[in-house]
Amino acid sequence: MQRITRSAVIDAPIERVWEILRDFNSHDQWHPAVADSHIEGGEAPDQVGCVRNFHLRDGAHIREQLIALSDSDYISTYCILDATVPLMRYVATLQLKPVTDGNRTFWHWQSTFDTPPGREKELADMVAKGVYEAGFEALRRHLREQDAGRVRSASQIAARGGEMVGQAMVLKAFGGTEHLSFENVPVPAPGPNEVRIRQTAVGINYIDVYVREGEYRMVTPPAPIGMEAAGTVIDVGSGVHNLLPGDKVAYAYGAPGAYATLRTLPADQVVPVPSSVDAETAAAVLFKGLTAEYLLHRTHQVRAGETVLVHAAAGGVGTFLCQWARYLGARVIGTVSSEEKARIARDNGCDVPIVSTDYRFATLVKAATNGRGTDVVFDGLGAAAERENYESLAPTGHWISYGHASGALQPLDPGLQSAKSLRISRPVLFHYTADPNQLRAMAANVFSMLDRGVLKVAVRHRYPLSAAGAAHNALEARQTTGPIVLFC
Amino acid sequence: MIKVYTSSVIEASPEAVWAHIRDFNGLPKWHPGIAESRIEGNWPSDRVGCIRNFRLKDGGMIREQLLTLSDYDYQCTYSILESPMGVDNYIATIKLTPVTDGNRTFAEWSAEFDTPPGQERKLADDIGQGVFQTGFNALKSYFGRR
Repeated sequence: MQRITRSAVIDAPIERVWEILRDFNSHDQWHPAVADSHIEGGEAPDQVGCVRNFHLRDGAHIREQLIALSDSDYISTYCILDATVPLMRYVATLQLKPVTDGNRTFWHWQSTFDTPPGREKELADMVAKGVYEAGFEALRRHLREQDAGRVRSASQIAARGGEMVGQAMVLKAFGGTEHLSFENVPVPAPGPNEVRIRQTAVGINYIDVYVREGEYRMVTPPAPIGMEAAGTVIDVGSGVHNLLPGDKVAYAYGAPGAYATLRTLPADQVVPVPSSVDAETAAAVLFKGLTAEYLLHRTHQVRAGETVLVHAAAGGVGTFLCQWARYLGARVIGTVSSEEKARIARDNGCDVPIVSTDYRFATLVKAATNGRGTDVVFDGLGAAAERENYESLAPTGHWISYGHASGALQPLDPGLQSAKSLRISRPVLFHYTADPNQLRAMAANVFSMLDRGVLKVAVRHRYPLSAAGAAHNALEARQTTGPIVLFC
Repeated sequence: MIKVYTSSVIEASPEAVWAHIRDFNGLPKWHPGIAESRIEGNWPSDRVGCIRNFRLKDGGMIREQLLTLSDYDYQCTYSILESPMGVDNYIATIKLTPVTDGNRTFAEWSAEFDTPPGQERKLADDIGQGVFQTGFNALKSYFGRR
């Protein structure tokens, strides 16, 4: 058996190198020996078990299977299934480690294999030099080309470093949409650990209405509002190593100010958007997707066989909860305000849509569960539905109050809680996203569900940034279905 | 339990770097923070179990015990028995890996330990930068900076 080991230092942060190497199908974009490559069966290129089917420039045909992938240890292990080259029992492991001194990357590449007698040296050289050593050099070149492309595109946007002037929808006083004013605003250069973004799409969420009305005291007028946007990195401050000018990014950040063409904010609250997702979609899904992510995986870990109740099941968060909970194997009961919305909810995975315009649904929820009730209630309704939500819960159920469209939920009488041994949670998204590592994991989960088609989204309502007031009016009048996006 | 990880690239072969590291009594020869060192009980400095008793340039005394030493893997681990730093259950590892591209050395120095509440950040910095990175810097200048 032969063992080949090659290692190199790459002058780029580990996240950047890993982003390329973790994609099992990326090698035809950077490795000069690979002519073409595809993943068989339409599987994702980071799905363990997937098979890449590729040709080398010398005509050789190889099928390799990904057998392990670790994002925490930066390890990818794969083996050859079939090849026109006589490499037998070939198993390779590629591992990255951070060089903390200089923020570089150590790349270790090792394989074991057998060869026909007499061809040991020829094939060992092919693997060591033709694949591994050539790969190190090619990846360095690929990164330099990426840098050149990014710097070029960023320099077209702005000179680095100075203050810029953007436009923003500024809230002048709490109240109606007449208090939103489209104004020029200075946007400072990014300080340490900050990033400046040219925003192309802004997501509207119902929380923006609460902020505008002053019900949530999250800003002091005059101040721009908005929690969510997507766009392109213009420049980064010192200490930011995982973002480069030109990167497509998005955020759902706890400090309002997203209704703007340009914005500077903490880099650790920004997440990279994969190339398969456009900025408008990212702005439309991130906030609601992260909300669904933590509700279904962190506040409660929804398991197959559980029954969940989702309110506003045709709404933004509601459709995501239906789609994702169904995918997790739960039975989904949903409330909606019209037959039309019942159809939308059903199309999005809601097993039992209940039409109710007066917060009366518990009898039907009971009927749909043989009198037992649901294991979880995702409650965005609040005060007006308190009694009905209580009645809808099964014993030992979990009442998750994450919003209060009809007014704040009052503390539940301990006797009532005890009578069903209920668990009650009152989660807030930004507590879950405060840790940047968790935020990135949550966002990656959302984007991967989008990629797999589990989360589906269609943006039907678009307004220019300067018409954010009209968008709020439409949202409050319940004239919209699906996400609303402002374009800049 | 907190973990500290520091890594660097040294412009010399792993054999050359390892010759410095494997001598458990050799810290004063290459680490600028260490004033003097001796091995207790007259043990050889590469016998697993030996204890080095050394003095920092700022005056603090530390006793550390060699737990493992592998010339094959270019790796050693050691624990702190006594120190003025306020760490508990401290175990550190130094590992060298060849960088075949350029005949250099990838050096990793990591530690796991417990600290009093509130001291995590300070001790992580003191150890990760003050001890480990300072040691790497000294080795880098000894072998010539890249």
